[in-house]
Amino acid sequence: MSQVLLDVRDLVVEFPTRKGLVQAVSGVSFELRRGETLALVGESGCGKSTTARAVMQLPRPTSGHISLEGDDLVAAGKRDLRRLRRRFQMIFQNPIASLNPRKRISEIIEKPLKIAGLLDAEKRRQAVEELLETVGLDPAVAMDKRPHEFSGGQCQRISIARALILEPDLLICDEPVSALDVSIQAQILNLLEDMKQRYDLTMLFISHDLAVVRNVADRVAVMYLGRFCEVGTSERLFDNPAHPYTRALLSAIPVPDPTVTPKPIEMIQGDLPSPISPPSGCRFRTRCPVASDRCAAEVPQMRDLPDGRAVACHHPLIGG
Amino acid sequence: MAAPLLELTNVSTHFHSPAGRVRAVDGVSVSLEAGQTLGLVGESGSGKSVLARTIMGLLPSYAEIPEGSAITFDGHNLLTMDRKARRAISGPGIGMIFQDPMTSLNPVMKIGQQVYEGMRHHFGTSKAAGRERAIELLTEVGIPQPDVRVDQFPHQLSGGMRQRVAIAIALACEPKLLIADEPTTALDVTVQSGILDLLQREQRDRGMTLILITHDLGVVAGRCDQVAVMYAGGIVETGSTRSLFARTRMRYTQALLDSIPRLDRPPHERLKSIGGRPPNLITPPPGCRFAPRCAFADAKCEAGIPPMQADEADSTHRFACWHPRDPEQATEEVA
Repeated sequence: MSQVLLDVRDLVVEFPTRKGLVQAVSGVSFELRRGETLALVGESGCGKSTTARAVMQLPRPTSGHISLEGDDLVAAGKRDLRRLRRRFQMIFQNPIASLNPRKRISEIIEKPLKIAGLLDAEKRRQAVEELLETVGLDPAVAMDKRPHEFSGGQCQRISIARALILEPDLLICDEPVSALDVSIQAQILNLLEDMKQRYDLTMLFISHDLAVVRNVADRVAVMYLGRFCEVGTSERLFDNPAHPYTRALLSAIPVPDPTVTPKPIEMIQGDLPSPISPPSGCRFRTRCPVASDRCAAEVPQMRDLPDGRAVACHHPLIGG
Repeated sequence: MAAPLLELTNVSTHFHSPAGRVRAVDGVSVSLEAGQTLGLVGESGSGKSVLARTIMGLLPSYAEIPEGSAITFDGHNLLTMDRKARRAISGPGIGMIFQDPMTSLNPVMKIGQQVYEGMRHHFGTSKAAGRERAIELLTEVGIPQPDVRVDQFPHQLSGGMRQRVAIAIALACEPKLLIADEPTTALDVTVQSGILDLLQREQRDRGMTLILITHDLGVVAGRCDQVAVMYAGGIVETGSTRSLFARTRMRYTQALLDSIPRLDRPPHERLKSIGGRPPNLITPPPGCRFAPRCAFADAKCEAGIPPMQADEADSTHRFACWHPRDPEQATEEVA
């Protein structure tokens, strides 16, 4: 098995608000091996983006350990962090909003190299041209234009180029295709797969779309209200969910086949509880169809199942 | 056969822009019988929302509906009526739900008032009776504690609950036709199915006609009788949901279906993406508008607009393509 690139332990992210402390991420641990794609899935407000941003140190987490091949990111000072950041880069959901509208494409993609103090102007330009070509844009046309002259899909290609120019080890993708049309979404997913091969990337992929996750991920972590429910290989988790929440999410996806009648979703309808005062015990219990008294009393710990996945549930759907 | 409730004949909607005339909707004909559900599918910019707004009469001042377009609703030609007469027909007769329930609701008006506003306007319902009816409607659309919620403001509700309120508003005047424009796109997938179930139930219980606009072929597949696929301002394929999925003829429809990541496919499988992007609608390509992105296009496709033709097995299944897919053949390689 390849070595661990990113190790996240007991990650906690809290935001103070006037109404109280928002517990966005409450003790999440995972590791990411070199060359692997781990997807974080869950509904809005589950803490998946916050987890990704905490890895980026944007902002720094409340507590927990995050290390990139032994380098502690949480403890790193500003200067060390800047040096380390070359190794982990991020792309965002809204490709147009994540590019500076006043800068030319060449300046946008070149910027990370400039900040890192790498290469001279001529070499930088060359690197930008090569990378534009790689992500499927014509450098002769694109270099001197500004973001508003491009479509959403093209802007996402530009964001990918900007993230890859430093040849990072880890690429964090936060809902990279959610704002795109299906036909464009497929282009970007294929491009990310190509880039992963070409640059030997390890990816942390955030998405609410399980079908997209099925396509890109080796392993999947399902999140609910700041905690992991289930982590496992994408085949196991999709074909045979162990956590009732995973099953609920899967049952909610509309299938593009008219011979399949939509089934009622296997979850109690209602709003997501407030992350300021989450339910005691298992946080999913208020919407879980199999919850018992034990679920209210005791926080289910992550435990390994014989098939290699981990689940945090007192009443998993498969033996363990 | 009964006369259709809604019939669009050669409907176009053009926008005047500094760069020229944008043909957002171009020659759409479609008819819908009472009680049917039509799924209107397309990507951003395909014209599906503009078409909905054209039916509703919600176009901005720089829009123009060219001569020769006709929209017949319940026996009235909406485009030849004056504003007041049209409002009297389509105001209570057609309801609409929008994508973002945060911006479609009035943030400074109580929920109950928003629900009965239309009833007061069209039927002169009293405030007290309106409030009673609002509570009934909120109960019907699944809002807990409707007698409390009725006096609350939209920001006090979650996204899914706000969309339920928007549905209650749209249903208040007992419309014959409901147009739902991407009603679940801004919502989580677990909330989505609840909203779609609600729309489907209301449609059945009230015998209402429903147009469900979406970019998600999955949403359409399980819940619509008919589907119309739009591309670059026109309908390129339409038919019964079953036939359209089982015997897809138009190349764009097939490409769109192929590009969706699916749960029943293995991880890391290369997706069949559609190259390029939709055409500029100020100067659309002279022939088939999908031709520049189509793997099967030839000189004929680039030269002339393909007419709508009927599928051999089902005459209500119609499509516009010079080189349609052979529905008997399971998979085809690009020539």
